[in-house]
Amino acid sequence: MSTHALPVAAATVEDDVSARIARLDEARRTPLLHVDGLWKVFGAKSDRIIGTPDADLSRRELMAKTGCVVAVKDVSFDVAPGEVFVVMGLSGSGKSTLVRCLTRLIEPTAGQVTVAGQDITSATDAQLRDLRRKHVAMVFQHFGLLPHRRVIDNVAYGLEIRGDGKAARRERAQEMVDLVGLSGNENSYPDQLSGGMQQRVGLARALAVDPSVLLFDEPFSALDPLIRRDMQNEVIRLHHEVGKTMVFITHDLAEALKLGDRILIMRDGAMVQVGRPDEVVGAPADDYVRDFVSDVPRSHVLTLRWVMRDPRPEESLEGPVMGPDTVVKNAAHRVLASAHPARVVAGDQLLGVVDREDILRVIVAEESP
Amino acid sequence: MTAVAERPAAPAAPEPPPTAQQQQRDPVRRTGVLLAAILGIWALGWALFKGTATLPLGRATLTDFQRSLNDLRDAFDAARDSNFFLETVVGGASDGLEALVTAAQNLLSQPAFPRPVPEIGWLGVLAVAAWIAYALAGVRSTILVVVSFLAFGVFGFWTESIDLLIITFTAVLISVAVGIPLAIAMARSRTVTTVVTPVLDVMQTMPSFVYLLPLVLLFSIGPSAAVVATLIYALPPVVRITAHGLRTVAPSTIEATTSMGSTRAQLLRKVQLPMAKQTIIVGVNQTMMAALSIATIAALIDGPGLGEPVIEALQTLDIGTAFVSGLCIVIIAIMLDRTTTAASERAEAERRTAVHDPRRRRAALIGGGVVAAVAVYLSRSYLWAADPDTLPDLGRPLADAVGSATEWFTDTFGQLTGAIKDGFTYGLLNPFQSLLADSPWWLVAAALLAVAFLIGGWRPALTTAVCLAVIFGVGLWQDSMVTLGMTLVATVLVMFLAVVFGVWMGRSKRADTALRPLLDAGQTIPPFVYLVPALALFGPSRFTAIVAAIVYAGPAAIKLVADGIRGVAPTTVEAARSAGSSTFQIITKVQLPMARGALVLASNQGLLYVLSMVVIGGLVGGGALGYTVVSGFSQAQLFGKGLAAGIAIVALGIMLDRITQHAAARQGRR
Ligand SMILES: Nc1ncnc2c1ncn2[C@@H]1O[C@H](COP(=O)(O)OP(=O)(O)OP(=O)(O)O)[C@@H](O)[C@H]1O
Ligand SMILES: [Mg+2]
Repeated sequence: MSTHALPVAAATVEDDVSARIARLDEARRTPLLHVDGLWKVFGAKSDRIIGTPDADLSRRELMAKTGCVVAVKDVSFDVAPGEVFVVMGLSGSGKSTLVRCLTRLIEPTAGQVTVAGQDITSATDAQLRDLRRKHVAMVFQHFGLLPHRRVIDNVAYGLEIRGDGKAARRERAQEMVDLVGLSGNENSYPDQLSGGMQQRVGLARALAVDPSVLLFDEPFSALDPLIRRDMQNEVIRLHHEVGKTMVFITHDLAEALKLGDRILIMRDGAMVQVGRPDEVVGAPADDYVRDFVSDVPRSHVLTLRWVMRDPRPEESLEGPVMGPDTVVKNAAHRVLASAHPARVVAGDQLLGVVDREDILRVIVAEESP
Repeated sequence: MTAVAERPAAPAAPEPPPTAQQQQRDPVRRTGVLLAAILGIWALGWALFKGTATLPLGRATLTDFQRSLNDLRDAFDAARDSNFFLETVVGGASDGLEALVTAAQNLLSQPAFPRPVPEIGWLGVLAVAAWIAYALAGVRSTILVVVSFLAFGVFGFWTESIDLLIITFTAVLISVAVGIPLAIAMARSRTVTTVVTPVLDVMQTMPSFVYLLPLVLLFSIGPSAAVVATLIYALPPVVRITAHGLRTVAPSTIEATTSMGSTRAQLLRKVQLPMAKQTIIVGVNQTMMAALSIATIAALIDGPGLGEPVIEALQTLDIGTAFVSGLCIVIIAIMLDRTTTAASERAEAERRTAVHDPRRRRAALIGGGVVAAVAVYLSRSYLWAADPDTLPDLGRPLADAVGSATEWFTDTFGQLTGAIKDGFTYGLLNPFQSLLADSPWWLVAAALLAVAFLIGGWRPALTTAVCLAVIFGVGLWQDSMVTLGMTLVATVLVMFLAVVFGVWMGRSKRADTALRPLLDAGQTIPPFVYLVPALALFGPSRFTAIVAAIVYAGPAAIKLVADGIRGVAPTTVEAARSAGSSTFQIITKVQLPMARGALVLASNQGLLYVLSMVVIGGLVGGGALGYTVVSGFSQAQLFGKGLAAGIAIVALGIMLDRITQHAAARQGRR
């Protein structure tokens, strides 16, 4: 099979996806961020609940019984260097609490968080400050800019508080302002900027300290749809340019699928499913997730792996060759143009075939509700 | 009495089911009926027992308790040189403050021996003040300051004006130095807040007049007692407003900056303080105005400043002089208020126009500094630049003109003003006062307790019982009832004005824009000054004190009601209008009932303002407790009685405050 050269267009898409998968495999070996059995319970005597049978109660039952709210319930995951890890769930599912526990803006009730091998949960105040100043930066839904400082000084804030020299931090801040496309606005005050521009300042501020991990808590929810799309593209661009590891909170599934290498779906504080976008859409773990993904244009997310089938005995095996991780939408054109079913091939092994009908089924299914 | 204002509380809820409506209307109506019943029984008791058990006390008579307060004062006086606390702590503080004030006086206002004039003469002081105003607030304020200082000179009250400013600024500086750290501690710690807040409450609700006498016990009389009295009254605004400013810094910003690894000190210095800066300046402004108002009154305990000539003129019925010195107080009030406001606006504007050329400003500042230095030099070398008496004297002619104008006015309209005064006094004040002061004490006490229970609940009833017991105990029952009567009558009038003007302002944007600056200005003027025109119009009498009290309390109450009316949801008003309500129906059935929380709050504020002014009215024939306090200042053997009157005033204040606060809380819950 190695004699068949794959067409160029398909190759890039596939390589992209394959590269992602390779990264994920790598991640399992050396995660940058490691979260293990994390709990956050709000309320009096909240530390007495974990480990007792009460911990298995649903959120509402526990609330009724003890008055405590489980915001994060036994969450564990790893994030690889350079990965974009998206956390999503409905309002109140504990996303914000989870992301704040990562740098202990909210003190976790139990569990462990490790960043680049350093245990955060047992860090001293000074270590924690050091971590926040150099390694982990955050972007907030409501921006949290300093209204009395100009854009450039907002961006330089993180450098200032860790004691960088004036000239150095100005230069770095200017670089960041240019990077996020705000050149010319460095002397404005935040309230003179639009919401989208303010969030760019938030982004530049987070990037300025050159962190290894960027945390985003619904950074674009407060923006209108067009600006939101711009900003999402901006994040994708920045991810390509600076390659930061990102944990991205959202309640917008389209955003999650667009940005995420992997997606964690939460419900009432607990993990429901973790997986690549196509896994989440193709094999929802339960009705909650199925409901969530029901509106997704499946052809944009599913790969051939999800639609292929075994060749029928009389079927021709002359069709074009494609990788299993090719997204249906990208494969559609060639499959529909070909007289023979496409062969889905990994390495030199034939995994299955996809014909017009298989493709159309995916595309048509999402048009009829 | 506040219940009167609540009466129109018809159901405002949009069409609840009939039973709920019934339940809602019933308690209000029942309260009204019960109040009427109490009044009826009271009136009956009054008719039967009138004049018995009223607990009067002759002017020069002292009860045992009051004599023991005199003894206490003597003991303090005797111990001042021997007791460690009094000598070292209080004495040390007192000496320090006095030295500070004297040094400032020698520098700026009083002859610095052996010189016949202060170290810096009027021209120098004026130039330096103008320069400071320029540096902090801008050109307009500079002009205002120059004109004001010139006015002090030409009106012949230079020394007194500067002295008043010295006392005010000393107290403000200490307030800020103590208050801002305290506010920071409050913003950071819940414990500090819970401990400090009630103390601030007491400091603020106590009528200003009554601070003075207890301070005399500790500090004797003079500038240091004046500064401390001023300080106590001036501290709460800056603490409260600063703490509020710090606490309301956007939590999202705090979280964001914490997430970047700010230390607590960095958070405070780089985030909270800068973000609260404007609010803090507002706090300083409030503190300054509060300080000014007490610094004038502190003349009663020998505090130097403009209060002295005003009091003297009030007591000798010299309207002309009272007017001119009062005018100087008003000028100071406007000057301080405008300048600090401009300074805060400037702080805001400056950060907006960041690229503003700093070099030009620096040059202007240096130039101004040079001019000021030259002026200081001149004022040290030439008598004309040092002695404000070399300025043309406009004060005397103005005083004479006002004096004769007043005379002409009383000659021409004396009958009219007299008729107003008598009509009010005989028609409203006397009957009401008689009900309170001529009924037997037990009847009044029972009635007041019942009213407190009815409109506030059992807690204020308990407070009322304690306060009445205190009033009984200090031996000033009848005087207290007279003062209470005046206070209640004046408050009813204030509430009448507040509802009329408040509704007008709340409904008409134009009325609001026209009246609000007047009300704001009225609130910045030290209360003391209101006595002057009231006295000019009506001569010394209880009515005069009531008029001054109404003028003083009016603005605050009107503003509260106006804000309450404006706060009624426009959709509700629109719904009522679309249902065909007339304007009068909208006001009485929708806006006033829905704003009743604001009405009760306004009557609470009105009561406290009125009480403090009715007491100060003792200076212009207000009689009763106010007069007793004033004579406690002026006659050594009546000190104890004055102090007892002070205690009775505090008891009245707490009683009225608690009852209305609880009534307000009830309104809020409904
Ligand atoms: N400080 C707190 N005290 C008590 N309960 C809290 C606190 N903060 C959050 N909670 C509760 O924890 C749960 C999770 O809240 P969280 O803000 O993490 O949800 P979220 O997924 O971020 O929701 P959203 O999409 O609305 O931002 C909610 O039920 C919330 O009521
Ligand atoms: Mg959230």
